[in-house]
Amino acid sequence: MDGMHDLGGKQGFGRVKYPSPPHEETWEPLVRALSAFAIRKHIYNMDEFRHAIERMAPRHYMAAPYYERHLTAVATLLVEKDYVTREELEALASGAFPLSGSSGPGRLPSSPQSFAIGEKVRVKNEFVPGHVRMPAYVRGKVGVVVGISPLCPFPDAAGHSMQAPMEPTYDVRFRSRDLWPDSCDEALNHVGVFQSYLEKTETT
Amino acid sequence: MANDPDHSTATPEQRAAALEIVLRRKGEMPETFVEDFTNHAEEKWITDNGAQMVARAWTDPAFRARMLADGKAAAMEMGFQFPEHHRQLVVLENTLDIHNVIVCTQCSCTAYTIIGAAPDWYKDIDYRARVVRQSRTVLREMGLDLPASTEIRVWDTTADHRYMVLPLQPPATKGWPEEKLAAIVTQDAMIGASQLEKVED
Repeated sequence: MDGMHDLGGKQGFGRVKYPSPPHEETWEPLVRALSAFAIRKHIYNMDEFRHAIERMAPRHYMAAPYYERHLTAVATLLVEKDYVTREELEALASGAFPLSGSSGPGRLPSSPQSFAIGEKVRVKNEFVPGHVRMPAYVRGKVGVVVGISPLCPFPDAAGHSMQAPMEPTYDVRFRSRDLWPDSCDEALNHVGVFQSYLEKTETT
Repeated sequence: MANDPDHSTATPEQRAAALEIVLRRKGEMPETFVEDFTNHAEEKWITDNGAQMVARAWTDPAFRARMLADGKAAAMEMGFQFPEHHRQLVVLENTLDIHNVIVCTQCSCTAYTIIGAAPDWYKDIDYRARVVRQSRTVLREMGLDLPASTEIRVWDTTADHRYMVLPLQPPATKGWPEEKLAAIVTQDAMIGASQLEKVED
């Protein structure tokens, strides 16, 4: 989904607050631990967790600190997986408990194909309704495979608790000027791209 | 919350406490899990792990080669751990001509067991949005003014492998013992937001 989380290359943002100003949030380690427990207990997987964050209402996403996004995702998944109802959560919390919205369905990988190191590839021009780990700034763009990574569960399926086949990811190198012509600093952008997101180019 | 004009939303503290109750009652979360996990994370998943790997890479060419070939195996050889979903650790070697910098534009993934929990600035939406497109400008704003001849490589953590930068060893530290070297390696340098060259003997 083209959610608010997909920030790479978005404009209008300001200076990075660096070094980070100190902050004391006593509930943050608790949220980190709760989320880790739910993952270890296989209540949900990492892709479902990421997707639950992505499904937050854009206004909430942008306004929430990092661990409030985690907190919202944990709560959303516990409700969706029938551990608790929203009403019970709100009673326990003594107030409203905003949860993430829903998204389109997941999907299975496309037919296996393989790419070689040094090969030119194109990221498919796809608009995926559910979870996807392809940042929008590489959609439809051409890059070069520079590395092949171990097999990972296909996130578009795993993020929807579907049986997720394993597939390779490729380290694909793009030139920044191919991604944002005339409007970027010169750099090489490396993105870990799942095999199903890629297609051959005619010019290989 | 910005979209909560009547302030009816429970505070994050209240919401986190509610989730803790649910996980205890319905998820069979042990009484001591939160404390044990937090202590483990704070004691074991620290920047010093990555710093020790960097220091060894600077002093031991065979280890450096192993670390560049398979960062996860090299880390595990030193006794460091990974969560199940971190399937690979890719070590990015800075050179005099190439500077690597890491980001996760879609969330804030990091090799947190190796370089420590991500700093707030790394999780900042400003960093996530801008560093892929305005790398040189953002690094300069953060105090790292790279020569025009330096090639910048930006690595977006979109899949389940993790990155760390192997910084350049400051020339003044040649011949230092590993332990002393590890003490000068910072988390920011292993992300690629800073360099270490200003270290004096």
